[in-house]
Amino acid sequence: MTTRTVPTPKPIFEKSRPGRIGCNIPVADTPKVDLAAAVGETRDSVAWPEIGELDLVRHFTNLSQINYGIDTGFYPLGSCTMKYNPRINEQTAALPGFARLHPMQPEESIPGAIEVMLGVQDFLKEITGFDEITMQPVAGAHGELTCLMMIKAYHESRGEGDQRNIVLVPDSAHGTNPASAARCGYKVKSVPTDAEGNTDIEALRAVMDETVAAFMVTNPSTLGLFEPHIKEICDLVHEKGGQVFCDGANMNAMVGVTRPGDHGFDCMHLNLHKTFSTPHGGGGPGCGAIGLQSHLEAFMPAPLVTRGAVGEPVLDDDRPQSIGRVSSFFGQFLMAVRALTYLAAYGSDGLPEIARHAVLNANYIKARLKDVLPPAHDRPCMHECILTAKEYKKYGVRALDISKRLIDLGFHPPTNYFPLIVPECMMIEPTETESKETLDEFCDAMIQICTEAREDHELLINAPQKQVVGRLNEAEAVKNLDVKWQADR
Amino acid sequence: MPYIPHSEEDRKEMLKTIGVDRIEDLFVEIPDDLRLKAPLNVPEGLDEYKLFGHLNELASKNMSASDAVCFLGAGIYDRYIPAVVGALISRGEFLTAYTPYQPEASQGYLQTIYEFQTMVAELYGMDLANASMYCGATAMAEGALMACSIKRRSQVVVSEAVHPHYRQVLETYCSPMDVEVKTIPALASGREESLDLVTEEAACLILQQPNFFGMITDIKAAREVCDRTGSLLLVSADPTAAGLLPTPGELGADIVTGEGQPLGIPMGLGGPLLGLFACRREYARQIPGRIVGRTHDEQGRLGYTMTLRTREQDIRRERATSNICTNEALMALAATVYMSAVGKNGIRSVAESTVQNTQYAISRLTEAGARIKYKGSVFGEFVLSLPIEASQVRDELHKRGILAGLPLGEYFEGEEHSLLVAVTEIRTKDEIDWFASELASVLDNEENDLWLVGASLDQSRVQVRQADGHVDARSVETIEKVTVTKSNWSIKDQFGLEMQFTDGALAEIHEEDTAGFEAVMAALSKQLEGWDEEWYEKVVYPPFEKNAAVVFERV
Repeated sequence: MTTRTVPTPKPIFEKSRPGRIGCNIPVADTPKVDLAAAVGETRDSVAWPEIGELDLVRHFTNLSQINYGIDTGFYPLGSCTMKYNPRINEQTAALPGFARLHPMQPEESIPGAIEVMLGVQDFLKEITGFDEITMQPVAGAHGELTCLMMIKAYHESRGEGDQRNIVLVPDSAHGTNPASAARCGYKVKSVPTDAEGNTDIEALRAVMDETVAAFMVTNPSTLGLFEPHIKEICDLVHEKGGQVFCDGANMNAMVGVTRPGDHGFDCMHLNLHKTFSTPHGGGGPGCGAIGLQSHLEAFMPAPLVTRGAVGEPVLDDDRPQSIGRVSSFFGQFLMAVRALTYLAAYGSDGLPEIARHAVLNANYIKARLKDVLPPAHDRPCMHECILTAKEYKKYGVRALDISKRLIDLGFHPPTNYFPLIVPECMMIEPTETESKETLDEFCDAMIQICTEAREDHELLINAPQKQVVGRLNEAEAVKNLDVKWQADR
Repeated sequence: MPYIPHSEEDRKEMLKTIGVDRIEDLFVEIPDDLRLKAPLNVPEGLDEYKLFGHLNELASKNMSASDAVCFLGAGIYDRYIPAVVGALISRGEFLTAYTPYQPEASQGYLQTIYEFQTMVAELYGMDLANASMYCGATAMAEGALMACSIKRRSQVVVSEAVHPHYRQVLETYCSPMDVEVKTIPALASGREESLDLVTEEAACLILQQPNFFGMITDIKAAREVCDRTGSLLLVSADPTAAGLLPTPGELGADIVTGEGQPLGIPMGLGGPLLGLFACRREYARQIPGRIVGRTHDEQGRLGYTMTLRTREQDIRRERATSNICTNEALMALAATVYMSAVGKNGIRSVAESTVQNTQYAISRLTEAGARIKYKGSVFGEFVLSLPIEASQVRDELHKRGILAGLPLGEYFEGEEHSLLVAVTEIRTKDEIDWFASELASVLDNEENDLWLVGASLDQSRVQVRQADGHVDARSVETIEKVTVTKSNWSIKDQFGLEMQFTDGALAEIHEEDTAGFEAVMAALSKQLEGWDEEWYEKVVYPPFEKNAAVVFERV
């Protein structure tokens, strides 16, 4: 994080001056028409800013300068897989032959685009071990929801729709899991984690019955641990007629090493914006491809991009048992272009190196920090390590304070307070794209902060100091809700 | 691989620190039978030059709007994207940032989201907007479910004139929640036939502005109905049209959603898109997704942060207002740059140019032998009625480098002759003229015995002269529908055959010659007992302005 070098830009509305414009807009060369006759009543002018092109460029450039990104520094945000976003991906996605396609063009005019979608699907089938892939869901949570809808349709097709109204989620699950289950009309029951950090199988056995539609499992778990009894868990759920969904947020630990489709899962979602390097863009667009076994195929969202009898590309819209359409068109097509660029760059030899180095980096950080921030579970971790800062509570320091101090030392903080079951949790995911030097610098900073916590905790409590703002009053933001600029405020 | 920087030396040192010999040792917790033994069966990796070549080859197989002239719309529009949009959103600080959960390190992005919310709320005339949704369809569906939770009702009513894909997504979202979706027919006139289907059971009424057929929706009338039934009014509004038409907010909408793609986002085969979501202030705590607010730090400095967080899934879990987490932040940033670049005057200009080009296209395409299907004002898009199947026209024009529009037969039974055509501000007079002349040539080339150039009437039969001079006669009894416009009129019979008359024996049917017109129609009228009682008056005094069509149908 660079320290402040430019003044915080004022809201763009305060820079507006009548008569200015920020681009050279095409104007129609057709004959003028009587507007009122054509469309009837019209509105007052839109109070958008009026600003010249250079001042516009400066406004957004200056704003970018007070924002942290992977390009500016290490981003060890657990569960988010903040890896390098290769620039070649941006170049291919910008090709007019992709970027300027209309989603309702005749199928014959987009053979290359269909090949892109099939290409990604083929890669993902092989990487995950699932029979089918669709990329219509546009984000991870959207993929979860789509999978649950298919599971619901599956149970309904077997006459068990009404009886199965519960979805199980581990107590360590991402918040999207229970939220997606609720969005699908299910009641949510929590399954505890045992002392080793695995699913408590006895507890699962106790709640698993014929009212359960599905168990949503994150593997590796949000504790950064591979679920060693995953096959047994899947068998247990299947015995009672339930389905097992894999939250694929942590796929980065498995690419080329192990395949969730072989673990016993019935379906999963993938975040192409995590594992397959499409940029997070400040919180989207994501790309929530899903994988599934063939018994769920009939329920996939329509249309499907698939192959016909002789391997020819087909857009299949004739799917009577489908759950329907889940987004406007084919999902995040330009993200699929980026993902294919990434996958094709790595290829068969390269792909396993992703997981191998992601896991190496996470274990390295865990080893270097174990004396100051012990891991929640002392086992080999996968792509991320979950540490606890609970011993600093006695100095009046919480995990969040360590994080805020990190910002002043030039690093983005890890994920805090998630998973909820680890006290003073710090979830660190370095990804494979970070060098040893970067990891060392980060670990040095963490060790320094832990020393400061004991000796001079004010440094942490008052952090960050070097940013354009310090800690913000969240309560005020809620109480005096100001979510829209107004001239008199 | 350049994306993984480790040298052999690095790996050795790191493994030593960890206390294992090999990377494989870190995977001991994965049971052996679950570990992959063979390499992945995928192609070998490509160097960057070959990689670009490969993707470029795939791209060049497609016919994009750079190769063809695009008159396709239906919610996704080929509009001008200022150069500053791409330049600014590709800055790494934006492109490679995560969701701004750490506000001190994310003030830049947070401020742009605050500016985005302000501009969207202003565009729609609403109190507030959120930080974005996935796309227009899911934004609308989430709005409908939000209305259900506010009203504690489990039914939504949607117009048939709402985008078919949006209605499909609405069904998909409502079905597992046991929310009933009721549809108001709109196909006959291109507008909601009757709002009577909205009752006290409806959580909301959903309309589109302009609607799927391009027609301007009467939102005021819908507001009155909703006031009566206590339902919320949800309008899915095109952002460009919203720059010109009275805002959904001032006309009484409670929730406004939309597809933000026209605001500086490439069509990209329909993804990524940008869901817009705005509502009245009283519903702020029920809104799905993220919202950014302004507040202060301890030193009193103004700053931005995500707010009303207790609605969200990471805090409220199964009781969250929605499951949405990742949204479309980068696309929202693109829209923010776009809205700032075109500004107050630019959006008006874009909208006006769109209307101007649309009106010109209507006049040229009707001259070329097509008819306007629906009577009423349109913005940017309209339905053409063609003498031959629309998909045939689409395919023929595709060969000539024109994306002619969307054949509606794919979505509506019996609409095989209807083509939805969109015209944006970047279409030129030359392009529209070319479209019209190619359309005329396609229609002329067709050996189509239903496309008629003349006709005359006697007491009981309609005589139609075909292009080849052959005269055919049809019983008036079989006629289902008569459409009259300033320059032509057409009939459709019960067998689905359409006949259009533009000159020849009925050339006298013209504004200046109401006597001749009246005589012909009077002859016809005698045979048409049981038709709409008012039809005769409408025929004799047709509203001849604006190329409007009058439609008479058997009741």
